[in-house]
Amino acid sequence: MSQTLTFGDSCAPVTCHAWNKDRTQIAFSPNNNEVHIYQKEGNDWKQTNNLVEHDLKVMGIDWAPNTNRIVTCSVDRNAYVWTQGDDGKWTTTLVLLRINRAATCVKWSPMENKFAVGSGARLISICYFEKENNWWVSKHIKKPIRSTVTSIDWHPNNILLVAGSADFKVRVYSAYIKDIEDQPGPNVWGTKLPLGQMLAEFPNSPNGGGWVHSVSFSADGNKVAWVGHDSSINVADATQGKAIIKLKTEYLPFLGCSWVTNNSLVVAGHSCIPLMYCHEGDQIKFVAKLDNTQRKESGGLSAMKKFQSLDRQARIETNDTLLDSIHQNAITSIRIFEGTKANTHKFSTTGLDGQLVIWDLDSLERSIEGLKIV
Amino acid sequence: MAKNTSSSAFRKIDIDQYNEDNFKEDEAEQSIPTGPDEGEVCALLNQGRYIDALKVVLNNAPVGSANQQIKDNALALTLKVLLAIKSTQIEEAVGNLCLDDIDILMKYIYRGFECPTEGSSGHLLLWHEKAFNIGGSGSIVRVLSDRMKV
Repeated sequence: MSQTLTFGDSCAPVTCHAWNKDRTQIAFSPNNNEVHIYQKEGNDWKQTNNLVEHDLKVMGIDWAPNTNRIVTCSVDRNAYVWTQGDDGKWTTTLVLLRINRAATCVKWSPMENKFAVGSGARLISICYFEKENNWWVSKHIKKPIRSTVTSIDWHPNNILLVAGSADFKVRVYSAYIKDIEDQPGPNVWGTKLPLGQMLAEFPNSPNGGGWVHSVSFSADGNKVAWVGHDSSINVADATQGKAIIKLKTEYLPFLGCSWVTNNSLVVAGHSCIPLMYCHEGDQIKFVAKLDNTQRKESGGLSAMKKFQSLDRQARIETNDTLLDSIHQNAITSIRIFEGTKANTHKFSTTGLDGQLVIWDLDSLERSIEGLKIV
Repeated sequence: MAKNTSSSAFRKIDIDQYNEDNFKEDEAEQSIPTGPDEGEVCALLNQGRYIDALKVVLNNAPVGSANQQIKDNALALTLKVLLAIKSTQIEEAVGNLCLDDIDILMKYIYRGFECPTEGSSGHLLLWHEKAFNIGGSGSIVRVLSDRMKV
């Protein structure tokens, strides 16, 4: 079903997390300037490293599976690429982002030869390694972003990038770097692909509300999904004329979304429960709540508790603050733990409650009535 | 973390004003909405067709209008409809609305709380309860996050 992990003694919120290739190590930031790396030993997780280079809060971490490099970005306007030596120590290289506001999100491209950093400077830095000078340089995508870039995701073809922003728009760009890669061919999003070319722009709502929290390209790269602060889930399909399909939900806003098959996506956020939705034709349909935790009533002691509560807090009811869910606070990020975007078996979520929960979709599908993942 | 300084005046300087590509609200492209037709709504109310009147005011809400006067008139008219519907009929009325209308209804309920009249808030709270049962927290969040106010 689901497995809950906590790391260390602190119950600090987990800002973001990333797994290594075989999922035996995890990098996360406990809501400060540090990045902690834990390794699985038997059933325990032991801290092996503490990456301290940033001055301010770390906003994004991404771990390239094949080249085993970590990239981190932070409010201090810097990004670092970390490589592991033979002795297990991580060494760092500064990336020249050339931004004057906080860096907010970072993602390696699928081929791991470049990465993108979104920032409060209303631009996206596409960073790649320059061999001649032995450092990471960046090129900027600027237009027409009007506000902080909150979330980015790469197309599987290693060229296109989708970015969600606080100006209520989702945009698809070409992030082709001619210095390091071959000329890309045309695709469903567009034919001319110079760096920074905007191939699509989607407003989050016709009324102009709800900044975008998270974006995700589908596994085949034809669809983009995003969630916004108006509690909506949106999908745009390039093969269907790039029309926006919008579902306004009755829940609190979602902070993360991820495709788990080519048609199903998982969303999670302020309601503390991951939900599954399905894109079918021109509709987004609710499939299931993935967390059906019921709080157990504390049986025999309830009378005593009642009087204690009356005595101590002058309250008649014994209401406490525990929620009917595994996560006890907003979920801020979703990562695939096992499988791929086209066929996810397990995914992990972290949130402000400092917990990491691994959700097993296969066993959830067997145990939850009406849950069919297509 | 940033050092504490005794002065916080610098925080009030609008440094973004010197950027040429500042965020601007999208101009409303559609024709300027004029709001619901008062005569039509009053006629429906007089005939006792409260639910139809409610639909008319919600469907014609001038959300895209920049003119505060039009919005205030529409608000007054909507509140008139909301307060005319008896508390026993609220559930039926809300049940007849589509989800987009529930969102607009929620916006008017909150606007109604802003400028209360005798007995209005209690009645609006009943509306709020019934609208919340259908729209959930999502419709309240959309009242807060939507740029187009009623």
